[in-house]
Amino acid sequence: MAGRANIPANSSALIAIIADEDTVTGFLMAGVGNVDLRKKTNYLLVDNKTTVKQIEDAFKEFTAREDIAIVLISQYIANMIRFLVDSYNKPIPAILEIPSKDHPYDPANDSVLSRVKYLFSADSVASDRR
Amino acid sequence: MSGQSQRLNVVPTVTMLGVVKARLIGATRGHALLKKKSDALTVQFRAILKKIVATKESMGEAMRASSFSLAEAKYVAGDGVRHVVLQSVRSASLRVRSHQENVAGVKLPKFSHFVDPAGGASGGPSGASPSLTGLARGGQQVSACRTAHVKAIEVLVELASLQTSFLTLDEAIKTTNRRVNALENVVKPRLENTITYIKGELDELEREDFFRLKKIQGYKRREIERQMIEAKKFAEEQLAEDLALKRGISMGAATNILVGGGDKDDDIIF
Repeated sequence: MAGRANIPANSSALIAIIADEDTVTGFLMAGVGNVDLRKKTNYLLVDNKTTVKQIEDAFKEFTAREDIAIVLISQYIANMIRFLVDSYNKPIPAILEIPSKDHPYDPANDSVLSRVKYLFSADSVASDRR
Repeated sequence: MSGQSQRLNVVPTVTMLGVVKARLIGATRGHALLKKKSDALTVQFRAILKKIVATKESMGEAMRASSFSLAEAKYVAGDGVRHVVLQSVRSASLRVRSHQENVAGVKLPKFSHFVDPAGGASGGPSGASPSLTGLARGGQQVSACRTAHVKAIEVLVELASLQTSFLTLDEAIKTTNRRVNALENVVKPRLENTITYIKGELDELEREDFFRLKKIQGYKRREIERQMIEAKKFAEEQLAEDLALKRGISMGAATNILVGGGDKDDDIIF
C-alpha cells in the first residue's frame, strides 16, 4: 500500500528486461542495459537454451532488487512463469508484459489487464478498446 | 446476535450516554469522510483504467515500430550488430526516476525516464562515450532503431507508472471500502444499540423511582388518615367528658347514684 517503503524521489532506478534476443538488443541499444561491478546484469536474454528455472531466478532477483523500478518481460516468457507473475502483487517494481516479435500479443493473458477485466464488466473495457 | 451482543459493555449512566453519543457523532462524521475519500479514489481509479487500456494499445504500436526498425538495422548493419551491442553494455544511460503523487491521501508512485549523462556506455543518445555500433555501415538505421526503442521505453514507463498506480489505488480503495463498511455495519449499529440500551435502562430506573415515590406517598397518606380518625375519636370522647363535667355529674357519679343511693331511699321497695 501507500505506506510501504518507496524508492526515494531523487534517486535513479533501472529498467530490467527478460525477453528474447532481439527485444533485449533493441532496448540495450536504447541504453537501458546495466552491468555492475560484480558483472550482474539487469537483463536476461532468453533463447531456446534458457531453462524455466533460470527465468524464475532472474524474475525473483529482479523483483527483489532495490534499484529496479520496472521489469519488462516478454509475454510468452511470462506465460512460462505465469504462476510467479500472477502471485506477484507489489506495486514496485512494476511488472510489464510486452509483446514480442515472434509471438502475438494477447491482452487476455496479461495479469494486469485480466485484473482490469475482472474488476469491471468486460464490455466497458472492450468498448474503450475500440 | 441481534440486540444484546451488538452493543458495548457499558454502565448505563447519563455520562456514559453522553460519551457514546459523542462517539456516534464521530463515527458518522468519519463514515462520511471515508465515503468521500472512496468516491474520489474511485474516480481516479476509473480514469487510470481508461488510460491503461489506451496506453496498452499504443504500447503495441510502439513495440511494433521498434522491432521493425531493429529488423531494418539488422538488415543493413548485419547480424553481428547484436553482439556488438550485447558486449558493450556497461552502465545504463536511460534510467527511471520515481516520485510520488498524492491522491486523496494515497501516495501513488509515478515514474519518469531520463537520460543519465554519466552512463551511456551502451550508446545512449547523449552518452559520454558515443557508441561505435554501426560505425561501418547502417549507422542511420541503428540510430533510428535506438530512437524507436527510446520511444517504446517512454510508453512503457508511462504504462508502468499507470500500472503501479492501478495496483496501489486498488489496494487503497479496498481498504477504504472495508473501513466504510465496518463503520456503517458494525460500529454505528453497535453505538446506536448502546444508546437505546442506556436510554431504556435510564427510563426503567426513572419508572422504578417514580413507583417507589408513589408507594411511599400512599403509605404516608394512609398513616395520616389513620391518625386523623384516631384524633377525631379522641376529640369526641373528650367532648362527652367535658359535657358531663359541666352538668356537675361525672359519668362515674351518675352511675354511683343509681347503684349507691338504693339503700337510703325508702320508696324503693325492692
